Amino acid sequence: MNKKMLAEEIIRISGTDPKKCMKCGKCSGSCPAYDDMEYHPHQFVSMIINGNVDPLMVSESVYSCLTCFACAERCPRGVEPAKLIEAVRLFKLREKGKNRMSAEDVSAFCDADMPQQAIVSAFRKYAK
Amino acid sequence: MQRIGVFVCWCGSNIAGTVDVKQVAKALENEPGVVYSTDYQYMCSQAGQDMIVNAVKEHRLTGIVVCSCSPRMHEQTFRKTAAKAGLNPYMVEIANIREQCSWVHKDMIVGTEKAIILGKAAVAKVNLNAPLTPGESPVTKRALVIGGGIAGIQTALDIADAGFEVDIVEKKPTIGGKMAQLDKTFPTLDCAACILTPKMVDVAQHEKIRVFSFSEVSEVSGFVGNFEVTIKKKARYVKEDICTGCGACVDKCPVKKVPNEFNLGMDNRKAIYIPFAQAVPKVATIDPNACNMLKAGKCGVCSKVCTAGAIDYTQKDELVTEKYGAIVVATGFEPISMEKFDEYAYSQSKDVITSLEFERLTNAAGPTQGKLLRPSDLKHPEKIVFVQCVGSRCASCAEKGKEYCSKICCMYTAKHAMLTRDKYPDTDVTVFYIDVRTPGKNFDEFYRRATEDYGVKYIKGMVGKIVPEGDKLHVQGSDLIANEQVHIDADLVVLAAAIEPDKSARPLATMLTASMDTNDFFTEAHPKLRPVESPTAGVFLSGACQGPKDIPETVSQAGAAAAKVIGLLAKDKLLGNPCVASSDENMCNGCSSCANVCPYGAITYEDKEFRMPDRTIQVRRIAKVNPAVCQGCGCCTVTCPSGAMDLRGFTNSQIMAEVDAICK
Ligand SMILES: Cc1cc2nc3c(=O)[nH]c(=O)nc-3n(C[C@H](O)[C@H](O)[C@H](O)COP(=O)(O)OP(=O)(O)OC[C@H]3O[C@@H](n4cnc5c(N)ncnc54)[C@H](O)[C@@H]3O)c2cc1C
Ligand code: SF4
Ligand code: SF4
Ligand code: SF4
Ligand code: SF4
Repeated sequence: MNKKMLAEEIIRISGTDPKKCMKCGKCSGSCPAYDDMEYHPHQFVSMIINGNVDPLMVSESVYSCLTCFACAERCPRGVEPAKLIEAVRLFKLREKGKNRMSAEDVSAFCDADMPQQAIVSAFRKYAK
Repeated sequence: MQRIGVFVCWCGSNIAGTVDVKQVAKALENEPGVVYSTDYQYMCSQAGQDMIVNAVKEHRLTGIVVCSCSPRMHEQTFRKTAAKAGLNPYMVEIANIREQCSWVHKDMIVGTEKAIILGKAAVAKVNLNAPLTPGESPVTKRALVIGGGIAGIQTALDIADAGFEVDIVEKKPTIGGKMAQLDKTFPTLDCAACILTPKMVDVAQHEKIRVFSFSEVSEVSGFVGNFEVTIKKKARYVKEDICTGCGACVDKCPVKKVPNEFNLGMDNRKAIYIPFAQAVPKVATIDPNACNMLKAGKCGVCSKVCTAGAIDYTQKDELVTEKYGAIVVATGFEPISMEKFDEYAYSQSKDVITSLEFERLTNAAGPTQGKLLRPSDLKHPEKIVFVQCVGSRCASCAEKGKEYCSKICCMYTAKHAMLTRDKYPDTDVTVFYIDVRTPGKNFDEFYRRATEDYGVKYIKGMVGKIVPEGDKLHVQGSDLIANEQVHIDADLVVLAAAIEPDKSARPLATMLTASMDTNDFFTEAHPKLRPVESPTAGVFLSGACQGPKDIPETVSQAGAAAAKVIGLLAKDKLLGNPCVASSDENMCNGCSSCANVCPYGAITYEDKEFRMPDRTIQVRRIAKVNPAVCQGCGCCTVTCPSGAMDLRGFTNSQIMAEVDAICK
């Protein structure tokens, strides 16, 4: 799959339109995982618009995202970067045909302080 | 039978590039009624018009078809040409072979074919045209201005200075609008009150101006030159003509804890109040929801201390009806509510404020006497963060924000940041921006001074969230240039809230049959060429009610609206549009369908006696169109089930003839 098709496929899976982005950075201003990321939410959007998807496919950033949806909730233009990031993860899962983590492994990471939403997120992020 | 002349225009290459104009002229030559057909490079030029005048004389033409650009462009031009040649102007028809033909087709053969068809339709119509004469109506030489902000004030002064009477209806107890709440104004930093209050005084003293303060428009009828408007003067429980504005009542009123709307609720006022020292009219107003006397019949202190005897607890709302020739809408704007922007903690912390609140906090007549103190603990803020574009350019959240740019906030934020650093050099001031938009005379220079001369830090990026932590506000945003997430512990955060039209604008537009856009800003008749007129004749637009505007722009538009009003009021009589509807009383069955669809309320019904063939008298209900109100939209003619309603200049038979010509 060439770069352009890859970007188009990710946009299709995400169901959002990155072209609506006005480059305000509110997503990156909202993101709680910002410092753990190599590529930040607004860069994600911009890289996908430009078809520069390869670095994202190999970046750990997609797993640093907590799937908290703060960026999606606050983006003034309705771009919802979280959905694009999720689309990259999904694409990788589908490509490899296997999950990054099996459902059984999730419990090992759980403790009493783990918010329920994080557990749910873990399933949607790592196992589809 | 008409003797019709056809004139096909090249419009340079605009038409001739895609339409074979010679072939069009040739094809139309043989249409019924056509006695002359020609083409020319620019029909609208003097030479082109002379050509028409000469042809009318030479060929004794009774009707003209011009195949050219849209009638919106040059119909008036060619009607005047016809009149010059001695023809009735309504014997001219335009076939639009530019916008509807050459501009939308690429292929010469297709373009030419369509141009011929459009030409044939116009010829078919002219064959049925009849001379029309517009009616006349008198003009009431007085104007109404709705809204007494800087826009309404300037428009009223300009109209009054030209010698016409003007009434201002302002819903608040005083005129002045938002400008009265501002401290200093960009781009020159003059104090708002110093330049506004002299104008307010001019209004109060002008012999041609009356101010209906604390009043609203409740009903509008009539039409351009002849509006009849009902104004509701809300009870203020103080006799306006007697009150001297001394304020003795305010001093003594025991009800002290009413949120003061002029200071946006940041301090309190009494139950009887004068909004600010320079209010016009300077008259007290009692708030019936707070006054003990009006709520419980106990107190009456103000009436005892008022030596003028102005207090009247029995006052009622009063309706007055006045006639006007023109109406100017100047209802301005309001900042949007910040309640729904949870991420910015506006509802959680008193120290997250809007820019308009910031104006009051820095204003010498404001709640802190102009000392910049943060609302929660009245301490001097050392770190201040300004956030631009809050709720503006927000396409995804219609229930929260607005899709448009509010236009004024980049500049006033630069102003706020600069003035803060000027007066309090120890403060640390940061502005988060997406873009800094400064297209105005001396605007960019102004903004650059904020950073270069006053050391304001501008960060390109939006704030993601603000969290109150102890007595600080934790601001988390992105710095897109540094590619970093920034964290600032601020003492005060100022949100540049988007602005929206006043909430009362939509019901007012309905009363005036003036149109609005999806954001409830009033629409102008033409975005470039008629920016201060609404599409409804006789209704004009001034200030921020038409779109976001700063003061210089508002004042220019206010003057322009006044010029249009003066032009209208200077006329003794108005020529109407003769292309109006009328109903054939022999066919009308009085069903009301037409009145139900007429957007201008031009149709009424009357009972009329008809003499029947057997000499009996029958009374029937029939529709009557007021030709001065009818705008010729044609809704009624297509609705009428009995075919009684017809539109002059666009009769059913004319339109059918055009359709036949096209479909032949
Ligand atoms: C925080 C802030 C700072 C600003 N700073 C600057 C600056 O430094 N320089 C600058 O050039 N501009 C500045 N502006 C912009 C300026 O305030 C506007 O350009 C100006 O107020 C527009 O005037 P207006 O008369 O159109 O509207 P408004 O000032 O809103 O006046 C409208 C008036 O109409 C009345 N009204 C509304 N509806 C009705 C109704 N139905 N019936 C009767 N009356 C009605 C209102 O009560 C009000 O009095 C600033 C704006 C804000 C928010
Ligand atoms: S918040 Fe939305 S518009 Fe702004 S940079 Fe992120 S994706 Fe683009
Ligand atoms: S969803 Fe992911 S990218 Fe978006 S704010 Fe949350 S952690 Fe950051
Ligand atoms: S009567 Fe009402 S307004 Fe007057 S002093 Fe008493 S409480 Fe105040
Ligand atoms: S004027 Fe500036 S701050 Fe206001 S909405 Fe437009 S870009 Fe944003």
